[in-house]
Amino acid sequence: MSTRIGTVFGQELRQARRNLWVILATAVLGLFALALALFGAGQGSGLKVDVLTLTAVSLATLSVYLIPLIALLMSYDSISGEVERGSLALTFATPVRRWEVFVGKLLAQTVAVCVAILIAFGTVGFLIGFLAEISRDGVLAWLRLMLSAGGLGAIFVGIGLMLSALTGRTARAAAAAVGVWLLLVVLYDVALLGAIMAAGEGIFATHVFPWLVIANPADAFRLYNLAMIDAAPVAGIDGLSQTLPFPPVAALAALGLWLVATIAIGSARTKRIVP
Amino acid sequence: MTAILAINALCLSFGGQRVLDDVSLSVQPGERLALLGHNGAGKSTLFKTVLGFLHPSSGTVAVAGHAPGSNPAREAVNYLPEVVSFQRNLSGREVLSYFSGLRGTPKAEVSDLLARVGLLDAADRAVGAYSKGMRQRLGLAQALIGAPRLLLLDEPTSGLDPVSRHEFYEVIADAAARGSAVLLSSHGLEEVQDKTDSIAILARGRLKAEGTLAELAQEAGLPTTIRISAKPGAADDLHGEFGGRRVNGCRLDLDCAQGAKVDLLARLGRHHDKLRDVEIAPPGLTDIYRHFSRMGPTEDQI
Repeated sequence: MSTRIGTVFGQELRQARRNLWVILATAVLGLFALALALFGAGQGSGLKVDVLTLTAVSLATLSVYLIPLIALLMSYDSISGEVERGSLALTFATPVRRWEVFVGKLLAQTVAVCVAILIAFGTVGFLIGFLAEISRDGVLAWLRLMLSAGGLGAIFVGIGLMLSALTGRTARAAAAAVGVWLLLVVLYDVALLGAIMAAGEGIFATHVFPWLVIANPADAFRLYNLAMIDAAPVAGIDGLSQTLPFPPVAALAALGLWLVATIAIGSARTKRIVP
Repeated sequence: MTAILAINALCLSFGGQRVLDDVSLSVQPGERLALLGHNGAGKSTLFKTVLGFLHPSSGTVAVAGHAPGSNPAREAVNYLPEVVSFQRNLSGREVLSYFSGLRGTPKAEVSDLLARVGLLDAADRAVGAYSKGMRQRLGLAQALIGAPRLLLLDEPTSGLDPVSRHEFYEVIADAAARGSAVLLSSHGLEEVQDKTDSIAILARGRLKAEGTLAELAQEAGLPTTIRISAKPGAADDLHGEFGGRRVNGCRLDLDCAQGAKVDLLARLGRHHDKLRDVEIAPPGLTDIYRHFSRMGPTEDQI
């Protein structure tokens, strides 16, 4: 079992590297992190938090858009493309189990996203450490950001692969990936804001709304990062992070549930593919 | 039961349409069976059923005694699809290492396989730069990983030049000599003549004939055609005497059964003064193939 998953993993990781995904993702994430760090350094002196914490907050907000996008782009074609090219028929004809193919691809692409995050955010983190004063809280916030960003990447790789297995056609998988990105990253927040405006203060605002927020992996990721920082300057939905009815770690549990769900649905669906 | 592949009364329907209808055949270890059929006859569907990708509507398929698609069945079968497409940015060696890893066979085998199909020199080049023949040979090497008990080759030589085709069949013969059962599909009889042990002809999802080439020729019982060129003005006389088909003013085609050939020639000899030339055309491979693949269910009933 482990050799077969390892074989799929190695092959997929080699692909991600040769297709320049890792380099591209690293460059995009690194440039955005650097820009936000410079922006944070510019206004840092006026606030009571250090540059690292400040940048972690703004980077968490930006990562919600970027990391799902990168993860979906990397994964949406992975199964449907192989169905269309016919190479999946060869793989499925071997003794490899279908779920091993799904998990092997998921692991490899997650590693690719994580390597990009580690290099990009790690480098910028060190750079800030050299150039500005940092606090212990700032370093912790940065580490939490990198770790949870990896988790967010894993979930959206899982979602992308799941969509790829569900649709079985690259064009449809691409449409579904764009749709899911818009829905989870953009529209969900707008709808929630609308709902809380309409409902006003009450049971919905205190007991339903927070759960709806962490039900979405993108929001759960942002909520976790902001809620763990006391001094974070926040607004809008993120204001919720100060008045949560559950500990911020619950948001991590929500991320975990998403990952398990995408693996379960994706593997089950991969079993039913006729290559 | 010694058959590696045993198919019994297999039927398969797609959206109300019968793609395979009551197909039964078996392949023994070391045997090469060619499955012939036109496009859409059901060859690829049959392969996908043996691989467990498609499920029979009725009938049974057993691969080394196991259900198709089950773990032991997938361990026994190696497959080369009609269109091979590997990731273009991987080298030939990386492609083989991948499949070797999935089959859990030793990596040391990879170089040996590359040598067997003549790709050792190109092993570390990207597959995207391979010619069609090279990609096809890489596909064959992939199908030979781990000494398969059953080789499924779906039109393995389509689009190959005659030399590559010949080499391809040598590798397949070698695999069969090592004990693999081989089921391969093809468009034409000429191609598999002398290359396989037996032949099965599939048309519109039904198995029309199965046997060696000699058996098929005998079963078809196709007439030998005797082509006569008459001397000027004599064609009408000959036509009146022997019947047959007039091709033009001086030519006549006579069909005769295998056993009646000598008699007919003797009778023709008595009219040698009217003959300019006689040509004997025994039924060709194409005729035999067309005979079986044309034989539809409606013609059977008439």
